[in-house]
Amino acid sequence: MELTLWTYEGPPHVGAIRVAASMRDVHLMLHSPQGDTYADLLFTMIERDGRRPPVTYTTFQARDLGSSTAEIVIKSLREAAERYKPQVLMVADSCTAELIQDQPGALALGADLPVPVISLEMAAYTRKENWGAAETFYQLVRGLLSRNAPAPGTQRPSRDPAVRPSVNLLGPTKLGFRCRDDVVEVERLLNSMGVDVNVVAPLGASPQDLLSIPNADANVNLCPEVSDLTCSWLARTFGMPTIKTIPMGWGATRDFIAEVAATVGIEVNMDQVGASRLPWYSRSIDSTYLTGKRVFVFADGSHAVAAARVARDEMGFEVVGIGTYSRERARDVRAAAKEYGLEALITDNYLEVEARVQELQPEMVLGTQMERHIAKRLGIPCAVISTPAHVQDYPARYSPQMGFEGANVLFDTWVHPLIMGLEEHLLHMFRDDFEFNDSVGPSHLGSEGEGARAAKTENAQDSETDETIVWAFEAEKELKKIPFFVRGKARRNTEKFAEEQGLSTIEVDTLYDAKAHFSN
Amino acid sequence: MSAVIASSGESHHAGPQVQERGQRAVFCGLTSIIWLHRRIQDAFFLVVGSRTCAHLIQSAAGVMIFAEPRFATAILGERDLAGMADCHEELDRVVSELIARRSGINRLFLVGSCPSEVIKLDLETAAAKLQAKHENKVRISSFSGSGIETTFTQGEDQCLKSTVAELPTLEAGKENLIVLGTVSDIVEDQFRRLFDELGITDVHFYPGRKAGDMPPIGPGTRLIAAQPFVGETARALIARGAVLIEAPFPLGAEGSKSWFEAIAEAYSRPDDLVQHVLELPYQRAKRAVSSHRSKLEGKRIHFLPDSQLEIPMARFLSEECGLAINEIGTPFHDQLVMRGELSRLAPEVPIVEGQDLDPALERVRESRPDLTVCGMGIANALESEGLRTKWSIELVFSPVQGFDQAGDLASLFAKPLVRESILEVGSWS
Repeated sequence: MELTLWTYEGPPHVGAIRVAASMRDVHLMLHSPQGDTYADLLFTMIERDGRRPPVTYTTFQARDLGSSTAEIVIKSLREAAERYKPQVLMVADSCTAELIQDQPGALALGADLPVPVISLEMAAYTRKENWGAAETFYQLVRGLLSRNAPAPGTQRPSRDPAVRPSVNLLGPTKLGFRCRDDVVEVERLLNSMGVDVNVVAPLGASPQDLLSIPNADANVNLCPEVSDLTCSWLARTFGMPTIKTIPMGWGATRDFIAEVAATVGIEVNMDQVGASRLPWYSRSIDSTYLTGKRVFVFADGSHAVAAARVARDEMGFEVVGIGTYSRERARDVRAAAKEYGLEALITDNYLEVEARVQELQPEMVLGTQMERHIAKRLGIPCAVISTPAHVQDYPARYSPQMGFEGANVLFDTWVHPLIMGLEEHLLHMFRDDFEFNDSVGPSHLGSEGEGARAAKTENAQDSETDETIVWAFEAEKELKKIPFFVRGKARRNTEKFAEEQGLSTIEVDTLYDAKAHFSN
Repeated sequence: MSAVIASSGESHHAGPQVQERGQRAVFCGLTSIIWLHRRIQDAFFLVVGSRTCAHLIQSAAGVMIFAEPRFATAILGERDLAGMADCHEELDRVVSELIARRSGINRLFLVGSCPSEVIKLDLETAAAKLQAKHENKVRISSFSGSGIETTFTQGEDQCLKSTVAELPTLEAGKENLIVLGTVSDIVEDQFRRLFDELGITDVHFYPGRKAGDMPPIGPGTRLIAAQPFVGETARALIARGAVLIEAPFPLGAEGSKSWFEAIAEAYSRPDDLVQHVLELPYQRAKRAVSSHRSKLEGKRIHFLPDSQLEIPMARFLSEECGLAINEIGTPFHDQLVMRGELSRLAPEVPIVEGQDLDPALERVRESRPDLTVCGMGIANALESEGLRTKWSIELVFSPVQGFDQAGDLASLFAKPLVRESILEVGSWS
């Protein structure tokens, strides 16, 4: 039993629904009580989907238990097959149905339905949403393609040189982070290097489309949370190579281009494929203030690793913490953490994440909607880079995270919450102006600015400070001369320093001793 | 387990009434926690269930509130199910952890879920054991919000019913009034002012703002429902002597007036006083509603089952706003508290209890009403087919009861129609 206040991921069957809702001509029959139909609103409200997910819920009740739940399954299967006429009918249990063991998959296979059935085991009590999506996609691809598999050891025929190379983009789904736009951007990137996209799946694909997956030269493992399992099965069974680089950020996009070119055996001129404004924007002198900004990164595995690289190498930030809620991706994130000289935080308990943010006092958080709330509470600027996401993370505008345009978007999105460099100096200069005080935040964020919150938080934290240490009047006055957005940090550092030194009163000198002590 | 989803009893509606069975698209009773935890400010709700339960509550709440919430889920794991871990010991550990974290909590509800009901986890006994351990610190009890037994708003009914046995006994010869069902604080304050003016004293709102607000109950207790989803609690209170006042719900100018009049009549308040007290708020409410009437008049409205508020809402909209009612779907129709409504509903209005989603949606598509009231999972799907909708969860979350909310209530339904008339953005979908 595990005490949970907020959860990063839904249960595994929500992953199955994500795959079903992403595709055309599939239907999912979910054996579940009525409460589970809340999943519909994830799609219709968060992603503003104009159709209900293609799911029939059995919605059995207490009075059906022990007698008629199996009959309800059969009835629901027949009605779903008849009404929706899908190319494939997937069948799964939600957590409650798993306990009553009706085995709807077996019932479906024995029901002589006029449609192929894929039976899914969702392991509701050990697994979570992304695993469920990965498992569903894998079962679907394997179920449709395994009979077409060549004999083991068969050499994959080489591509006719007259035919343009092609790849599949595997992994993007509904309710993924910016999948809709990333698919467009990556397809544009591939086309400009002379590579076609054969199948995009699950997003927008039909079961018929999945059958042509082996026609491509390679698979792009675009969202490993969902497509890892499928890509490795396709590699084993059809000898299809997997392209693993995720083109997020300027450098990774160039690495991706190089990996695709090497995999499909073509030559490309990198600079002709495309370019991003990120490198110049980052070199532009107004970006100097970004240097060494301490950032904390927490996301699903692939976004955490990719964001950390962009943060350090392309924005000039210092990565002071990295972690993921996804235990399945823990290995990747731990390996990345090592590169930054850090210990990765692997947890799906948001209280632990909050504690870590509080302890590290970063100047910026790159996280999920959960970290956005944590950061808001602590008055720290934050940009959302990963699911779990909310309705505002599904913007109307084109806003990819991947490819060269994605790099532009990352630059803008991450800089936006910060106080601009020049503004930082101006804030200092006009600090004593009567119209200008510490509760005024960055102008471009209006009254909701993070600066306004920073000031509030600082005051709120005053009351929590250790009562045994007293600030001398002059020292307190001196402290007020420090710009408010670093004042909280200065206060904490000084108090920590005083405590370490065994001082009970903080004088002006203590303040500067602490400053020297902590400067690096 | 009681099969509370099915209703029974004689009908008070003259018109067509059918029961539908099939796929439902309504939240489970756990959803009630979203407004219950805001109403009872020192209560904590611990769901004993699965990751789905946790995900449901946070998704249905729509936003993640950035303060630490006063609800949580003890997620059952494989070890709990396989019997490798003793569920009661595990619960003991989780509850101790929780109580240590949250010192301001005076009341802890263990809330049963579908999985905990299916594995027959006895939360009542667990609560009693935990109570013994945490005596004098926090009051602990249990109720079920499981979706196999309750639908959406029925969670509140189960919660309140579970506390009825704790209510103190009203001294013989004394009188009091219980207003049953969650209303927002502002509505409570407005109602209290009117009760004062009517000379009705010793009024208790149940649930109250604090978990310790436990109204005494006995034969001197008069009971009035402020919400339509409190039937079982009403029965339990009646069993302890309370007398139920029959009235429509305090929705709209007319509904609110009739509601207060029914209470005043039960207290034998002089008619001229009652009319004098109610006249001002009543006229103000009518003015507020009338400013929306032109946008609503003559429109056809269709209710898909969701919150059990469908029947009183339909009554308000037909009686005060001039809408025609296409169909009233309701997840559960409890006639005990609905009597005051049914007599005011046009006899030809069809009431459908329960749900069979796909045929129900087909009826909407066929008749193409001007407005469909439905759950959040369905609304955008209908909008994309060119149908206007009002998502019904707002009717539960916003203050809509009483004279001074009547205009707001009308505006909730008018807004989608007004929006359609304003927007010049081509196809709706």
